[in-house]
Amino acid sequence: MGALLAADTLHGPKVDWFALTPLIILLGGAMVLLLVAALTPAWPKRAYALFTVAVGSAAAVMSFILWDRINHQGAKTLVGDAMWLDKPGVWIAITVCIGVVMAALLTDDYLRREGIDGPELYVLYLLAALGAIVMASANDLIVLFLGLEILSLALYVMAASHRKRADSQESGLKYFILGGFSSAFLLYGIALIYGSSGSTNLGKIESYFRLNPILDHSKETLALAGVALLIVGLAFKVAAVPFHFWSPDVYEGAPTPVTAFMASVGKAAAFAAMLRVLLQGLPHWAQDYRPAIWTIAVLTLVGGSVMAVVQTNVKRMLAFSSISHAGYLLVGVEAAAHNAGNGLSSTGVSSVLMYLLVYTVLVGGTFAVVTAVGRTGDGATDLAGFRGLGRSKPALALGMTVLLLAQAGVPLTSGFVAKFGVIGDAVRVHSYAIAIIAMVSAVIAAFLYLRIMISMWIAEPEAGDDAREAVRVPALLCVAITLSVGFTLAIGFFPDWLIHAAP
Amino acid sequence: MQLFVFIVAGAMVLGGAVGVVLRTHPVHAALSLVLTLFGIAVLFIAQDAQFLAAVEVIVYAGAIVVLFLFVIMLLGIDRAEDLHVEPFKIQRPAALVIGVGLVSLLGIAVIASREHPVPTVTPSQAVTDALADPHNGNIRALARDVFSDHVLAFELTSALLVIAVVATVILARKPRKGETYIVSGSAQ
Repeated sequence: MGALLAADTLHGPKVDWFALTPLIILLGGAMVLLLVAALTPAWPKRAYALFTVAVGSAAAVMSFILWDRINHQGAKTLVGDAMWLDKPGVWIAITVCIGVVMAALLTDDYLRREGIDGPELYVLYLLAALGAIVMASANDLIVLFLGLEILSLALYVMAASHRKRADSQESGLKYFILGGFSSAFLLYGIALIYGSSGSTNLGKIESYFRLNPILDHSKETLALAGVALLIVGLAFKVAAVPFHFWSPDVYEGAPTPVTAFMASVGKAAAFAAMLRVLLQGLPHWAQDYRPAIWTIAVLTLVGGSVMAVVQTNVKRMLAFSSISHAGYLLVGVEAAAHNAGNGLSSTGVSSVLMYLLVYTVLVGGTFAVVTAVGRTGDGATDLAGFRGLGRSKPALALGMTVLLLAQAGVPLTSGFVAKFGVIGDAVRVHSYAIAIIAMVSAVIAAFLYLRIMISMWIAEPEAGDDAREAVRVPALLCVAITLSVGFTLAIGFFPDWLIHAAP
Repeated sequence: MQLFVFIVAGAMVLGGAVGVVLRTHPVHAALSLVLTLFGIAVLFIAQDAQFLAAVEVIVYAGAIVVLFLFVIMLLGIDRAEDLHVEPFKIQRPAALVIGVGLVSLLGIAVIASREHPVPTVTPSQAVTDALADPHNGNIRALARDVFSDHVLAFELTSALLVIAVVATVILARKPRKGETYIVSGSAQ
């Protein structure tokens, strides 16, 4: 019996704990916040938010250290091949940490204004960030799915977290049901890929299809159906047309800081996961999925811009704007699919990653302004709420104008650099049609941003405007907007270093 | 013997499933579900999948049906839904079409597979080893898989549980006294 046991001793995989520090910091921070806040009386003003900012920054700093280590020692897989420690993964980790910091800065005063202050939302931010980073670095479809679920479940709860607003509850429920539906698609896709390749590990899937280029008919069908379902599941998460129906309602109903988090972190993680699955796991099928990505990208670009035009609520407008941003990102993904054999060093990947970082900062700042303008109750987010902002709060309106111009992709802002990157890569792989469609839809989308600007600066005041609650810009919100505008302009004027840094 | 087990277990599964639909008392319907789940567990054992059988009984029959009963009790067992009211008019015809379609598809699949045997799926190394192990390495192989190859995934589920706890705290909290509820125009 003893011999049997000895022979049976389980040797777990070697764990490089240092490489996991960003994850450990986020998880540990969430646990500490949860436990300590549960056992102590309410913390002083801003303490929860500043704690979250500190945890997010610490995780970002560790990610920078890991980045440096990859420079010296190269990329590798962690914990028995389950995760990657590579530059794209660490880049997204940094992006996610920035998203957490921005969201925490936005949330602080919001919660007090709405009378729902507490640590829960911050705990969820940190846990969701953990899920996002896991998802972005996963080398195994099961790990990827778990990361996705950690992120999504936290997002569903966050969306419904404004207990006093029926809209918030509605948006949480909608997101939950549709999100669960799309997770099922993804899971089914994973099962079919497992069925055809015999593994859930992206590396093994890739080598199986590479070494067995000619599959028998039934396995090929299985694999193709799996690829299709994976694309549907991921396209839902990034809110690409025609899987976008949840996004305007959820963006509008969710508390505004949560919307910022959703748009930045959710999108970054989902796109990173999409790149991993398509380029690292399934490059063999690139010829088959590229037309699908092309179609989804074009629909998303055009649909996002056109549907945004008829909206009157700024949060809905920004939801459609975020859909059209997903379209540009898909242009980059499509470009990468042209040379999918190179994995994550394909042309297009680095511009997608750069776009995600830029967009995270941009959307954080934009929703910071919307948070302030929403006023108590978080309801004044229609265009009328922005009327006269140029007179009453010129600095705020100026900041918003810069951010909106950047979202539209006007030169000398970070948005231009990002859009130029993906469209440039599309041209580089001779995908001209999609590049032209992307440029045209940028022009259509500009109309939407102009409408918000007109409402802020030019629209005539109407009766009752003076009776509205004054817009307040508390300190942390001000910090968030300043950082965001500063980064946007800095990248707009000096884009070189970021372009060189992008993996 | 195998056939006998299959027939008995199959009868349990079908009988339970029919019971779930036909019993008018919700508690009886939930208990019929237990019969179905036990039948499935027996079928699993007949297929040498002891672990799945145990999980089926513990998780489904044990936890989930108990949860069902809990909810039924909480809502009040006397409350009956009026089945004559259809919330969506198209529901029942659609259910009929989909049900008939599913049964016929499954039937076709079964008949077709007798003529063209379905190619087997390549199982992973762990599964192959487990099947080759004479000492019934089923559960052992599963444990090995969970604690070696999938240890990260296994640990990550803990984060999911934490989120569930926080979610309960947020969503199930009672509104404080005097808290107003904002119902603006429904999201369009």
